[in-house]
Parts: sequence; structure tokens; C-alpha cells
Amino acid sequence: MMKTMTEIVVPQLAESLVSATIDKWLKQPGDWVDIYEPVCEIITDKVSAELPSTVAGKFVRILVGNGETVPVGTPICIIETEGSAEGAGSAATHGETAPPEKTADSSASSNQVEDAPMRNRFSPAVQQLAAEHAIRLTDVQGTGLGGRITRKDVLAYVASGAGKANQAVSGHPGAVAPRTVDAAAQVRSSGMHLTETPRFPKIEVESSSNSGRGDSFIDVTPIRNTIARNMRQSVTEIPHAWTMIEVDVTNLVLLRNKLKDDFMKREGINLTYLAFLMKAVVNAIKDVPIMNSMWAVDKIIVKRDINIALAVGTEDSVHTPVIKNADHKNVAGLAKEIEELARKTREGKLTLSDMQGGTFTINNTGSFGSILSYPIINYPQAAILTFESIVKRPVVINDMIAVRSMANLCLSLDHRILDGVICGRFLQRVKDNLESFNLESKLY
Amino acid sequence: MPVIEYIDAIRQAMKEEMERDEDVFVLGEDVGLKGGVFTTTKGLQEQFGEQRVLDTPLAESAIAGVAIGAAMYGMKPIAEMQYSDFMFPATNQIISEAAKIRYRSNNDWTCPIVIRAPIGGGIFGGLYHSQCPESVFFGTPGIKIVAPYRAYDAKGLLKAAVRDPDPVIFFENKKCYKLILGDVPDEEYIVPIGKANVLREGDDITVISYSMPLHFIEQAAAELANEGISAHILDLRTLQPLDKEGILEAVRKTGKVLIIHEDNKTGGVGAEVSAIIAEELLYELDAPIMRLCGPDVPAMPINPPGEKFFLLNKEKVKEAMRQLALY
Repeated sequence: MMKTMTEIVVPQLAESLVSATIDKWLKQPGDWVDIYEPVCEIITDKVSAELPSTVAGKFVRILVGNGETVPVGTPICIIETEGSAEGAGSAATHGETAPPEKTADSSASSNQVEDAPMRNRFSPAVQQLAAEHAIRLTDVQGTGLGGRITRKDVLAYVASGAGKANQAVSGHPGAVAPRTVDAAAQVRSSGMHLTETPRFPKIEVESSSNSGRGDSFIDVTPIRNTIARNMRQSVTEIPHAWTMIEVDVTNLVLLRNKLKDDFMKREGINLTYLAFLMKAVVNAIKDVPIMNSMWAVDKIIVKRDINIALAVGTEDSVHTPVIKNADHKNVAGLAKEIEELARKTREGKLTLSDMQGGTFTINNTGSFGSILSYPIINYPQAAILTFESIVKRPVVINDMIAVRSMANLCLSLDHRILDGVICGRFLQRVKDNLESFNLESKLY
Repeated sequence: MPVIEYIDAIRQAMKEEMERDEDVFVLGEDVGLKGGVFTTTKGLQEQFGEQRVLDTPLAESAIAGVAIGAAMYGMKPIAEMQYSDFMFPATNQIISEAAKIRYRSNNDWTCPIVIRAPIGGGIFGGLYHSQCPESVFFGTPGIKIVAPYRAYDAKGLLKAAVRDPDPVIFFENKKCYKLILGDVPDEEYIVPIGKANVLREGDDITVISYSMPLHFIEQAAAELANEGISAHILDLRTLQPLDKEGILEAVRKTGKVLIIHEDNKTGGVGAEVSAIIAEELLYELDAPIMRLCGPDVPAMPINPPGEKFFLLNKEKVKEAMRQLALY
């Protein structure tokens, strides 16, 4: 039988470790050493540990005495083994080709506490491949630095089909990988389970044979989910009632046409009808404060501040950012706020504070061509008003037909709080306010 | 196929282009009577006369400026900077004028000049004869930069540069001049500007480089193959514009990339290449992007141990490649 001399080296116990000190030899020349049996105690900056033997055999010689400090990778003793068929042989071949790996390799098989510092650090390539092939990384052997699993390790694992064998028949005798997991699992007795693989999102692929008709599936985004929840809550909790009024905005159109170019020059933004409407609504709320309230089961809370929420739509969602203290602002101020919020919404830059505290909602449905709509109340407010398209229509005034610019205002109301009479009065106030804009009206 | 020296390939390219097109002419310090300090232009003045092979004063700014003016008149000048170290007085002409003429004139004018400049150390040249100034010009839109590592590419790229309608800086490696011999076909060919070249296929690591260090890399890769490490080698060939697709394709092969150049590390070509990779291929990387470059010291030392420390060699390259393979 062949006798081989095997050197035991100082392992890389931690990434930053460069040297270790021999504290005490536990074995002396002539002793028999089993594999994994401690041969000496070593001290480092980070840990004190017993150093296990990587092989079984007869302890031949100590190379580094008690108290001496040597660099990582230095041989510290020699063990004579018989029949180099197993572990010792493979360790030796590794050593020949790649010396730096030797320390990592021997420590990986021996030291069980700090065995493979890179074992659980996965590169993006490895994670991507693992997710793609639905591989548990704990099953894959790492051949990289410090036991790291390399991209090639994963590719080799995929090519070997080990992952599938593992899924199909657990404990298949041919599959080497599961044994590694077990060994690792036994090692971890503390609370930290470092071998646990990070969870990857499972992507379910619809098999085409089932759906057949080519339906597509759109994931519900968080914003879509919020919209859905709020809408359902509003419709199920609030008994909605609906009413509509039509307003003659001919004078307002003239006023806006007179002012808009100057306004653009001066402020750099569009002077929209919406700003005038908002001013009219705010003033009407001042006269009818109950519109600015919410239902609280045993009481009705009438809010002091008038914070107008504005529905701003994008291609795939609708937000309701809030203009706070809208009653403190003139038409120009409101126009600026509207512009600002619309911009923030388009750019996705709305903050939480932009969205909170609304007491009454306005939706400019005319902006997408609607002339009539049935809005759902922005929960928990009491009412929502829509501003429909301005259209020119023949109207009877003093028994004569005139062409006037007309617009509809639609109001959905919480019938627990509000009734027809009070809402009629509110809408009438809005109408009066809008119709009383004339060429002398001031923006500021 | 004839085997010729790198420097002969450059001379052949100039000779053939001057024979092909009488607008092509050469100017620079000692390029005429002496035939260039490295003999790159030897024989050209005898063949083409003093009107087409001009000895200039020691004024690089003038060499570049005259070339730019001639180019705008429809000539195809090849301006030689004796050493790339001497190129800096011409930097203003190159960056502020040549690079911008097409843009500035709204496409009415072009500037088809070639500026040849020898780069690199290892010739006991020290401070003023060893620099790699790629990073000074790299990142200037409007100029193209090529840096061949072998005779075949030197000839093909120089021909492409002469025919290119825009300014091209041709960084030839002076250490390669006589050291590197290679096959160069007799028949006419050009090497397109903007295309990188795979020198070796491999699947463990990708090494990206240009100019002289590629020779070390090829030697190291051959030796590492015996250790079971297979390297994929990409020669950038053109530094500006970089062949992004070529780079990404090469990195995808292995997910581990090492970028090597003699120019110093900070702000070098490798920084841009690694940024491109990081921007495009994060999820395919299997190791940190590595760079092996000249150290950030002001100049190449003249003393032999210092020069050895500064310069790349096969051993340094091999060690870096092995490290990355083991990662």
C-alpha cells in the first residue's frame, strides 16, 4: 500500500485573515489522527479554533511550534496517509494546479464554522441563471474563491441535469448534490441559516395549450390596486345620488380669451377654465359648508379647511392630488397650483403630502371630451363635482334663440349627509359664480 | 503570405495610399530626408518627392494646424507626431479644431486628417518617450482613435484612417515596431474602424485590451490553457468609437472580465469600458470587473527596475487572469 505525506496548512478562516498563531499542539508525532480530528488549537485576530485534520493517518512531524505565527497557507504539520485514493489525493491534485485554492479547498472540507466565506455570496449572473433554471443554489457545488458558486458551476449543474433528478426522485443514489445540502444543514446549528437560498420570484408561465385564445395578463400595479380598493369602498359604503346642472359660460370664455395670452406671457402657464371653476366651487362651498364634510357614523364632521382634490388622469391610472386651503387663493394662484400638480402627476413625482387632506373633489371630465358623467365619490368625502366639455348650443334667452357656450356640471353626493335641496342650492351657487365672471373680472 | 514587421506594415499602408490617391501626403519632424526617427517614412520622400513628404519645424501645433488647413482644402494629410509625448502642443488644434470642424460648419466642411503618434514604453525612453496619452483624447466626440497591436491591423487600420472623412488619431505602439512580426497579405484590404476583434475564444474569463499588452495576454492565455483556464480575448482595435456590441458580446461569454492597458488606470479607456459593461450587463456579471493598468504615477521611470515595475508583462497579466479565473 502506498504511503503519502500530506501537509496540513493554515486555512483561510476568514476573508481578511492573513496569518494565524499556533496556540497548542493536540497531537504529537506518532499519534494516529482521524479525518476531521483536531490536531492543534490556533488563534487569529478573529477566531480561536481547533484545526481539524483534512486526512486520516499517522502524525509524522510538527513544522511550526507552539506560539509561532505563520501566514495563511503555510504547512504546519505532516501526516502520513495510506492509499491516496480518497480525499488526500484530490486535495493534492488541486494543490498542484492552483495553490491559492488549496487553502480554501482544504478548509472547506475541514473547518466547519468558517468553511467557505464566499459560499453564500452570489453574483448577479449566478442568481439570474438560478432563477432561470429554478435551481436551489444550496445544491450546487462552488469551485470559486472561498467556495463561491461561479457562473460555470451553475451551468455545469444545469448541464448535468442534477436539478431535475433532485426534483423527480429525492434521494436518488446518483445525485451527489443533495448530500452536500444535508452536510451543510447539519453544520448550521446556530440561529443564522446562512445556507438558506434567497427566494426568487417564481414566474408562472401560462401554458399556451390552456388559454389558447391568446388572452394577455396584466399584473395589477400597486396604484391600480389602490384605485380599485378606494372605488369599491366608496361605492359599497356611500349611498350615491346624482344630479346635474347646466351653466352658461359664454362670458367666462370671452374673459379667458382676453386674458390667456397675457397670462401665458406673465406666468408661463396656461390659464385654464378649471381654475375659474375651482374658484366658483370654493366660493360656493363657503356659502354651503356642509358640502365640505364627511360621514362619521354618529356625527357629521364639517371640515374647516377647504382642500380641493383634483382628479388627474394618466394613461393607466388616476390620482387625486390636493390643493390645500384653496379658499385662500385667487384664480391665478389656483391656475398655478393646478399646473404644478398636473406636472407632478405626469412625472410621477407626487408626494404623500400632495395626496392627503382632500375635502371635496373636482374632476375635469371635459378635458377628455365628456359631456355627462357619473363620478364616484372620493372616499370619505361628501361629494364630487365634474366639469364637462364646454359646447356651443342654441339656448332660449328671453324667448329668443341665442348661441351660447354651455357646460354641464355633474355632482355625486353622499345621501347620508346631503339631500337634493342643499345640493341644488350649492350647484346654483356654483352656477351663479361661474356666470358672473365677465370681462371686468380680476384674476389676482 | 509575407511576414513583415509592424513598422513595415505602417510604411506600406502610407506608400500604397499615396500611390492610390495623390491628395495623400505626409508631414512631420524628420519624416523626409531622414525617413523618420524610427524609419517609418523611409523611402517615401525619394518616391514621392519633397512636395508630398514634408519636413516640418519642431512645432507640433503647426504640424496639426497645417494638416487641418490642408484637409479642409481637400487634401488627405498624414501628420506624424514623432512621439505621442510631443503631441500635447497640438492638442488644442486636434481637440478644438479638427474634432469640431464638421459640427461647427454644420456639415459644410470636413477634416480628413490622420495623426500618427507612437505610444508606449519599454524602450528605455523614460519620461518624454514612453507615454500613453489615449485618455487625453479619448472621450472627445468628433475624433476617432485606433490602436493596432499587430502588423495586419496596423496596415488595414491606417488605410481605413486615410480614407475616413473625419480626423483619426492612429496610435502605433513603438515597442511593437520591430518586435512584432506578422502575416500581411499582398492584396488590398482594410480593417474597418469601430470593430473590435476576438483574438481567442474561451469560456472562463474575458480579457479586453488594445495595443502592446495583447501580446502578453495571448502568451499568458496559452500558458493558462495548460492549467485548464480558458480565456476569451478581445482586441478593441478602435478606442473611439468603442465597439459596444463587440464588448458586450465578449463579456457575455464568461461573465468575468479583465480590462488591461498600459495607460494609467484612473480615467483610462478601461474605466469607460467597465462603465459600459456595468450599465448594460449587471445581471450577467459573475465577478467584479477587474482592471490591470499602468500605475497612477506621473511618468514612466527611466531606471530599469522602475520601468519594470511600471510596465505590464506576461507574468503580471497571467497572475491577474488567474486571479479572475479562480474567483
